[in-house]
Amino acid sequence: MANVPTLDIDGISVVYQTTQGPLLALRGLDLKIEKGQFVSVIGSSGCGKSTLLRVVSGLMPVSEGSAKLSGSAITGPRSDVGIVFQQPTLLPWKTVIENVLVPIRALGLPTANYRARAEELLELVGLGKFANHLPRELSGGMQQRAGIARGLIHDPAVLLMDEPFAALDALTRERMTMELQSIWLNTRKTVVFITHSIPEAVFLADKIVVLSGRPGTKVLEVPVDIARPRTLETLASPEFGKIANQLRQMLGASSAMH
Amino acid sequence: MTKLKAYSVSVISITCFLLIWHFGTKWSGVPSYLLPGPIEVAKSAWVLYSTGLIFPHIGITLTQMLLGYFLGCIIAFLLGALVAEFVLAERILFPYVVGFQSMPKVALAPLLLVWFGFGMTFKVVLVALICFFPMFINTMTGLRSANPDLVDLYRAFSAPRWLIFWDVKLPSAANSIFAGLQISIVLGLIGTVVGEFLAARQGLGHLIQSSSMNFDVGAMFTSVFTLSLIGVLANFAVRSVYRKVVYWEKTTLTAPVSGH
Ligand SMILES: Nc1ncnc2c1ncn2[C@@H]1O[C@H](COP(=O)(O)OP(=O)(O)OP(=O)(O)O)[C@@H](O)[C@H]1O
Ligand SMILES: [Mg+2]
Repeated sequence: MANVPTLDIDGISVVYQTTQGPLLALRGLDLKIEKGQFVSVIGSSGCGKSTLLRVVSGLMPVSEGSAKLSGSAITGPRSDVGIVFQQPTLLPWKTVIENVLVPIRALGLPTANYRARAEELLELVGLGKFANHLPRELSGGMQQRAGIARGLIHDPAVLLMDEPFAALDALTRERMTMELQSIWLNTRKTVVFITHSIPEAVFLADKIVVLSGRPGTKVLEVPVDIARPRTLETLASPEFGKIANQLRQMLGASSAMH
Repeated sequence: MTKLKAYSVSVISITCFLLIWHFGTKWSGVPSYLLPGPIEVAKSAWVLYSTGLIFPHIGITLTQMLLGYFLGCIIAFLLGALVAEFVLAERILFPYVVGFQSMPKVALAPLLLVWFGFGMTFKVVLVALICFFPMFINTMTGLRSANPDLVDLYRAFSAPRWLIFWDVKLPSAANSIFAGLQISIVLGLIGTVVGEFLAARQGLGHLIQSSSMNFDVGAMFTSVFTLSLIGVLANFAVRSVYRKVVYWEKTTLTAPVSGH
């Protein structure tokens, strides 16, 4: 029980202090994620998806409710979480491999011990030959993959991904989605994957959570029981179409309410 | 090929300028103690350089400029970093900064003269004061301009503050800091000359003034040209250091206007 890493979010509300007074970003949100589960979170812009990730990564306190990770309350930054941002957010002055090692450095661990692992991960995301390049010498998609390798370097129990493919073109995006699936099949991390794209959400997830418009709260939870590994044919399958339609209607309805 | 062309245009332009200057002074009848021709200036420069008379002046001016520059910039960097990092430091220091910023620092020169006397200290302090602000403001804004996502990335792994400063904020500020260093070096040279006008027994500023007393316009021109040469070289030095240090940027620091 103690070493079952489960994300347990129970009725959280989050308030931002803004120049126009307090702003409620999330309201009474519940979310439970089993170990090794891949969960997609989908919702309209500004509904609090990034806020949810900030809570889980310990960067943002909740004003109500509780958030627990692996059985212990999230009170601040912690080392069992990996993050992949919407933008690659690499340090331009560090080489790709140094960038991948940033979490190790920030945690105060000896980077020398993790170099081999960093090389392995770069190999995994197809950047083996670019370890010593500077980020600006990589394409947008390659930078994003470096960001994914960085999210995995310290072997976190939970990987948080905030629209990691949003900045990519459609083709790269499709390829990255396939790659992410195979990375996940290899590592079996618990993943919280935020996206705006319905096909992407369905393709990758074991479970999809739909948030309402701001203040964000859960309006629907859909399990996705499609066999893995999923392929491009999956996209054309009737089960896929059914879930995608359900989501489309739900998202249409929840945005129409606003 | 295009580079060669660009250079030859510059050479032609300078040649034309010298010719106009030469014949202009020759034919207009302007007496040479008001405006000497290029040949007279060259002669005077030759005398000053070949006898080595000018070198102590150059040495003093350079020493004062560099001492003041480094003193001012180092203090400015430290205070800028303090203000950028600590709200309390900002609250304490900012009123002075605002009040001091708009004051023309050379206006303080006579006061500094009273405090520090005629020696080198006076000029070093004056230059340091003049160099301080551009460097201070640029350091502060540069450190604050760091990408918040990068800072969050480090914070999400409980990185200590000094590491965030060193890994993220300082490199993010590098462009801005170097812009400050470049502005300051030019202002520092001006400050040195102003200081030497006011009180000095040596230095290029002093040489300009004493030659004006003697109606030695050639020596004045030589000193002015030497000063601009120092300015160009100092600028070049800052830019070279920039290219070495900020290796990850493709752009050059406010590149001189060149055709390419
Ligand atoms: N730093 C902040 N200060 C104040 N308000 C904020 C801040 N960050 C977000 N908000 C507010 O909180 C709400 C949720 O923001 P959040 O970034 O979580 O949205 P999101 O679902 O990630 O949107 P998107 O899909 O566009 O990225 C928004 O309405 C926004 O106005
Ligand atoms: Mg977001």
